[in-house]
Amino acid sequence: MASESIAIGRLDAPARQIGEILHDWVTTVDHKKLGLLYIMYAILFLVIGGIEATIMRIQLIVPHNNFVSPQVFNEMFTMHGTTMIFFVAMPIVFGFGNYFVPLMIGARDMAFPRLNAFSFWISAFGGLLLYFSFVGGNGLYGAGNAPDVGWFAYAPLTAKAFSLGHSTDFWTLGLLVSGIGSIGTATNLIATVLCLRCPGMTLGKMPLFAWMNLVMAGLVLLAVSPLTAAQVMLSLDRYLGAHFFDTQAGGSAVLWMHFFWIFGHPEVYVLVIPAFAFVSEIIPVFSRKPIFGYPIMVGATVSIGFLSFLVWAHHMFTVGMNSYANSFFAISTMLVGVPTGIKIFNWIATMWGGKIRFGTPMLFCIAFLLQFLIAGLTGIMLSVAPFDWQLGNSYFVVAHFHYVIVGGILFGLFGAFYYWFPKMSGRMYNDALSKWHFWLFLIGFHLTFDFMHIPGLLGMPRRIYTYEPGRGWDVWNLIVTIGVFFQGAGILIFVGNLLWSSLKGKFAGNDPWDAWTLEWSTASPPPEYNFATLPTVNSRRPLWDIKHPEDPD
Amino acid sequence: MLASLLLSASVGVGAQTNTPLPHMFDPRSTPADGIYRISRFVLSITGIIFVVVVFLLAYATVKFRQRAGDEDEPPQVYGSNQVELAWTVLPVLVVLILFLATARVIHSIQRTAKPAGAIEVVAIGHQFWWEFRYPALGVVTANELHVPVSDPSHPTPTFITLLSADTDHSFWVPQLAGKTDLIPNHPNSTWIDPHEVGLYLGQCAQYCGTQHAKMLLRVDVEPREAFDRWVQDEKKPAQVTDAVSAGRRVFETTACVNCHTITGTVADGRFGPDLTHLMSRATIASGAATNTHANLRSWIKNPDDLKPGSLMPAMQLSDKDIDALTAYLETLR
Repeated sequence: MASESIAIGRLDAPARQIGEILHDWVTTVDHKKLGLLYIMYAILFLVIGGIEATIMRIQLIVPHNNFVSPQVFNEMFTMHGTTMIFFVAMPIVFGFGNYFVPLMIGARDMAFPRLNAFSFWISAFGGLLLYFSFVGGNGLYGAGNAPDVGWFAYAPLTAKAFSLGHSTDFWTLGLLVSGIGSIGTATNLIATVLCLRCPGMTLGKMPLFAWMNLVMAGLVLLAVSPLTAAQVMLSLDRYLGAHFFDTQAGGSAVLWMHFFWIFGHPEVYVLVIPAFAFVSEIIPVFSRKPIFGYPIMVGATVSIGFLSFLVWAHHMFTVGMNSYANSFFAISTMLVGVPTGIKIFNWIATMWGGKIRFGTPMLFCIAFLLQFLIAGLTGIMLSVAPFDWQLGNSYFVVAHFHYVIVGGILFGLFGAFYYWFPKMSGRMYNDALSKWHFWLFLIGFHLTFDFMHIPGLLGMPRRIYTYEPGRGWDVWNLIVTIGVFFQGAGILIFVGNLLWSSLKGKFAGNDPWDAWTLEWSTASPPPEYNFATLPTVNSRRPLWDIKHPEDPD
Repeated sequence: MLASLLLSASVGVGAQTNTPLPHMFDPRSTPADGIYRISRFVLSITGIIFVVVVFLLAYATVKFRQRAGDEDEPPQVYGSNQVELAWTVLPVLVVLILFLATARVIHSIQRTAKPAGAIEVVAIGHQFWWEFRYPALGVVTANELHVPVSDPSHPTPTFITLLSADTDHSFWVPQLAGKTDLIPNHPNSTWIDPHEVGLYLGQCAQYCGTQHAKMLLRVDVEPREAFDRWVQDEKKPAQVTDAVSAGRRVFETTACVNCHTITGTVADGRFGPDLTHLMSRATIASGAATNTHANLRSWIKNPDDLKPGSLMPAMQLSDKDIDALTAYLETLR
């Protein structure tokens, strides 16, 4: 970019040209800007994935509907699942981790700022590569465009014999490339938390948010690697005549399932532990009490992390494992319920005896608690292997994991958005619009996902583009589809509120919630260096100590 | 939980209007019954947990809300070892109970030995239909499994070996048993012992490709004599009638024979369903349509009209040939 003067700093660069601003965003290594990039990128894909879901739900609104062809429907559920997990949920939790872990531990940036930028851009490239399949997936065969193998892409459907063209390759490479970024960010988060804490902040005085991001990053390192390995093997199968998963040449379809789910199950915790992190910061501040049982919360998080590597084959109860393997994975899965239950009880105990303020972040957290409880209880049902033989791969499972991902993770994320929006933008969101968002989305969520359990219990398998009338599924599918439009309206209000408020909202000040962690001690939005002087802390709630010198933690 | 309440309501409505829906809460076979029993147990335990925790959450939300004008900070409580220990130990006990109940059902279903009088079936999943072979009885059929009813005092269960010719599939008839996958290179098995005569519906429960949705499954449970009669009929070679020789010629001179078998003729393909006794089946295209003259003709003319993405090609036959071919197939009883 040609420019007349060299910009030496933001203060004396009053009217920067658009090119300069873009250049700044593309070349930035600032953890806050990268965090925002992750978040904006994820919101874009959230809207795209939501449109894909809406297309599926319109197709299923009545039996024997012809809104889209089976091919298109299959592409929609593949792209919806892949997008929501890899290009919405992961980047958005990385975005919040990137933005707030350094601020909360009193650091000036992540440990490896340039690795941070590389990780974001390579992940973003992965998403674009996946979506390029709509254009380039045909290959020379003229067969298919977007991948249609399902988000867990079971072998041998991905073999050349069943998946012509390049659509599966775009899926494989898109995830492989974004996996490199995930591993980079995870390494970075671990190094940051372990090495850059400010003076006085021992591991035991770190905010739970930082603890949970540390555990999440450890899970990413261990979980994404097997997926990356499996993607490499699949590519070797497809192009170099290897036979890892090619059943027609003696390969094993079950091997892929093991590789995928040893990634896939910890992945659920990669996404939900950051949601725990948001809730663990928001509930105390809005209840005006410290988190109940900090040490056991840390212990529960770490043990969820360990247990999450012992449960993968509960996704495979119908694959024909012997009775001992099925029993093992049943009990290991049930055991996850223990630390998860501890967390739910501790959050309620944090509210107990407090003076709860019902700001929008807290509303989302209370809904999170209710919905995550239900998601956990349906998870217990699915851990009972014989029950899973009926429920697995039915709409009950679809309802269950959407209860986790939407009812749990997304509600936690919405809470986090409203809680930290004043810090990130320096401005307050519009409160009335945020309430509209909350209630519309809550109603839509329950219409869709409560009623989605029922066709599953009544025998409706997932991933079918149409169904027979007279099985008792019709009315439930209709209600489920109606709920989608409420959710869509909520999302539009949410995005509109963020855009409008970041430009026109009232100034929020440094500490609008009267909160206790270090990010609220600096300006909103924080300056590039975060803290003019690095803070020193004596307890888990440094700002409480400052505000209440007579009763420090 | 709301869902399970609604479910019990919907099941109740189903029972009252006397139109039974083919779901897992109306089991008609020992494995499905075992699952039904443990599902009731699990639903009641999770139901109790739900009620207790929701009560605590609702109580905390209402009771401890900030009152207007009250800006003081509440007492700062950091935790309680006793309370935390209690809500660690109690869930562990619940898990232990659930696990013991679960392991019992897993073992009782998976480790049942095959008795002497059992019927043996090999089920092979194809994109997008079911092949059923009875090796001991010399019968091959498709999409509609026939089994004898099993009298609990004199059980004649059916043991099914599950194979796949191409991608993963899953065999699921909720009223008879939980689902088990059909995976290439990975033989599985399942068993059923239906206690009541009737038609049981199911469908493929593992995504297997474009037409996964229309890979439907029917199990005809018949009295023993009717089943034996069916076996005798199925074992006969195809009927030969001169009246339809034109249609037979069309069949045998096009690519039909590469994929379909009609016993007693040159047709011995195995990619598609065995058609020797096509008219003994109530449906075509793996349950996508009833086996009527109009549907059969439309299916032959262009399979994609009924089931877009099915692997059977439209053979581009003239209307005259299609009529003749349909007439021929309709003699295959």
